[in-house]
Amino acid sequence: MHRTGDLYGHFQTLEQQKETATLGMWIFLVTEVLFFGGLFLTYTINRSAFSTAFGIGSNTLDITLGAGNTVVLIMSSLTMAMAVWSAQVGKKKLVSIFLIATLGLGTVFLGVKAVEYKQKFDHHLIPGHGFDMKYHPAHPMARDDLKELALEKKEVDEAFAVDPDINFHGQLYFSLYFGMTGLHALHMIVGVGLLIWLITGSFAGRFTPQYNTPVEIVGLYWHFVDIVWIYLFPLLYLIDRHR
Amino acid sequence: MSEHIVSPKVYIVIFASLMLGTGLTVWAAFQNFHQYNIVIALGIATIKATLVVLYFMHARYSPGRTQLVIVCSIFWLAIMLALTLADYDTRPHDITLAAPQVFYCV
Amino acid sequence: MSNTPLTPDLELPDEHYLNATYGSGIRSWLLTTDHKRIALLYLASVTVFFFIGGVLATMIRIHLLTPGGALVTPETYNKLFTMHGVAMIFFFLIPSIPAVFGNFLIPLMIGAKDLAFPKINLLSWYIYLIGGGFVLYSFSTGGLDTGWTFYTPLSSVYSNSAVTPAVIGIFINGFSSILTGLNFIVTIHTMRAPGMTWFRLPLFAWAHYATSLVMILGTPVVAITLLLAGLERMFHLGFFNPALGGDPILFQHLFWFYSHPAVYIMILPAMGVVSEIIPTFARKPIFGYSFIAGSSIAIAVIGFLVWAHHMFVTGESTYAALTFSFLSYLVAIPSAVKVFNWTSTLYKGSISWDPPMVYALGFIGLFVIGGLTGLFLACLGLDIHIHDTYFVVAHFHYIMVGGAVMGYVGGLHFWWPKITGRLYPKSLSQFAAIILFVGFNLTFFPQFILGYLGMPRRYHTYPPEFQVLNVLSTAGASILALGYLLPMSYLIWSMRYGKVAGPNPWPATGLEWKTDSPPLTENFHVTPEVTWEPYDFQNRPDLGLAAGARPLAPAHGDD
Repeated sequence: MHRTGDLYGHFQTLEQQKETATLGMWIFLVTEVLFFGGLFLTYTINRSAFSTAFGIGSNTLDITLGAGNTVVLIMSSLTMAMAVWSAQVGKKKLVSIFLIATLGLGTVFLGVKAVEYKQKFDHHLIPGHGFDMKYHPAHPMARDDLKELALEKKEVDEAFAVDPDINFHGQLYFSLYFGMTGLHALHMIVGVGLLIWLITGSFAGRFTPQYNTPVEIVGLYWHFVDIVWIYLFPLLYLIDRHR
Repeated sequence: MSEHIVSPKVYIVIFASLMLGTGLTVWAAFQNFHQYNIVIALGIATIKATLVVLYFMHARYSPGRTQLVIVCSIFWLAIMLALTLADYDTRPHDITLAAPQVFYCV
Repeated sequence: MSNTPLTPDLELPDEHYLNATYGSGIRSWLLTTDHKRIALLYLASVTVFFFIGGVLATMIRIHLLTPGGALVTPETYNKLFTMHGVAMIFFFLIPSIPAVFGNFLIPLMIGAKDLAFPKINLLSWYIYLIGGGFVLYSFSTGGLDTGWTFYTPLSSVYSNSAVTPAVIGIFINGFSSILTGLNFIVTIHTMRAPGMTWFRLPLFAWAHYATSLVMILGTPVVAITLLLAGLERMFHLGFFNPALGGDPILFQHLFWFYSHPAVYIMILPAMGVVSEIIPTFARKPIFGYSFIAGSSIAIAVIGFLVWAHHMFVTGESTYAALTFSFLSYLVAIPSAVKVFNWTSTLYKGSISWDPPMVYALGFIGLFVIGGLTGLFLACLGLDIHIHDTYFVVAHFHYIMVGGAVMGYVGGLHFWWPKITGRLYPKSLSQFAAIILFVGFNLTFFPQFILGYLGMPRRYHTYPPEFQVLNVLSTAGASILALGYLLPMSYLIWSMRYGKVAGPNPWPATGLEWKTDSPPLTENFHVTPEVTWEPYDFQNRPDLGLAAGARPLAPAHGDD
């Protein structure tokens, strides 16, 4: 497959090449919609069967970190969109700056996610033999707010009264929590890899108003990952906050 | 196909709306709207997602073919969710799942 | 033959995709981005899986010669039918026609130099190999005994066989299928030659467009489902395990959301093949072009609305079961449209009995039986009686072997001259087609009766009164095996010794026949411009057919 400049040999024009690449990415995103869709369906069925367990599980998540991460991710979408715009209008320097900003925000998101995972690990909320919803209220950690913890203990006790098998059903919530956020994080990691590839390209000054397809289609991917999180946030963090 | 360049102003407005939506969804979660909490949460999420698709992903300015692709993905997702949930919703309600009895096979 | 208009001494073109060298030797194949070479890589690898699946099938049939089971232990029997299903469905049937003929022909048929994403095309072959490697690892280290459906909690908790690597392998292989489908859809949208409008596309391309829709919309769902089942097994999670509060029926919903439409991944391309063969050998434009094209899309769409007819006896809601039963009948409409149009094309055509035509006619017959018995199974009440019996086994083998494999072998005969530039012996291949047809019917028709009489599927024993029909079925299977081995041998023979075919031996109307056989790496010497309607034999002087003329001398001469 020979290539002349940016045009691969099996295409007639750059325009055709761009159309093809964009359509390809959109169709790939369709497969992603269905891929996550299966997971969302599993979530829906389980949540409607075990609403108490899902509510209590959701309340153990840190809403500040969750909401903060939502803001971070939406900001990264903005910088990504700006990177595309910079490439379209030919501001080569800005392309690099916005791509690096996107990369930075994406990394922050992943860092926060890691902190959250660590917390769940410390609280014995990883599905498996050691899983115990009562563990954390009974074993305060150094930086815990004891008042909040007492509230959590009350909630957990109430939940046990409603659903004595909550340690099984809570595991379903946390399996889905780790499954969904883990798969999302995996997509973020792939996105970070793609961004690094774009940044090397932009340092070489490859993206111009005539040829910016890579920036544009990675942008599509990045925004899609953002959309998944837009749904994950309320579904995982905000199930039962009003109690 | 001359490509449409979305101006940064539009991006900023969309970004602000998304932030507003995030704030709104957190606020709504702490109010008791009974069974409508989930509806409101998903409603706001869908509005946010639509904004991202239309403006950040340029779907509004894309050829009809791209828009058809998007509609198809939503349609097929709807098929999967609707027909499966139709089964669960129409099952007799007095059947409960058996009590847990754990076997591990390693 | 004296009246042959073809040049008597045809020669292979000097330069074509098979002898082109870029890089050296084996590297030029393993790193190729030429869709035609990738198609041949697929041809070799799906054949390997076909043989693995075939050997397992043979063992099943030998075992069932006697009521007590003649060959293996019950546990091994479970593994035999599971591995047969997994190898045949995921690694032969689903990639067979799309990845071999779709890959080879779609760019040729639409006048493009290659698929839209040649590197991704090669990548998807490697993904297929990696997935296949995992599955073969599973087969050889403990086998697999869950049935190809991987129902939980058997697969996720109780099975002692090597489920995890198999699930990983099928998960990985799914991406190969997704990328192939993605490539086809984008190619058909953006790579068509000037003048190749949507309604001038060959019906083969329409069929592959529909197939690709199923691939990209269904495969991700089975991928996530198997991923969840695999995670459940590895980490003792509970999504589908009732003991932990999960729901096994949810697994079945998700699984069949893909796996029912997957049947159309297998049959739609075969329908595409038949739609090419029939007009060529009836020397007539296809009857109702737009209906055949539209019915392909309709099958792909309606195919997504029927999945829970696999679950009538699982405890799904009666209302849902009724709805799915009704919707399942709808699939019969576009399928019948196709059969009607094929037979109408044959009506008053100048039919010649070249080997591809014999396969195509066989396909129509077997597909009709398979399709109509599908209606029995879609019927809620009757399904309770014949569910999980050999009736089901016979039904889906009529569709998948009688339909898909017959189409595959027919396509192999139709495009072999294009792929290799050479012809195979005519009478022998007609004989092989008949052997295949007879062997197939003898194998699977008795299974309809067995199933109706109540012999359950997936059991390693059966009551003695079923022995006669089982022996018949096994006898048929040995004839069927001959029907596969014969083409295998003469096609390989023909690669070296076959008569040179020339660009358009049949002759057929498609764009792929306007270039050399075998084609150049870039497919066409100059980008073609399409000015004719599809399957129009009347206005194509380049085919060498006088208007209204009787069929020409057969391509093979009188060998």
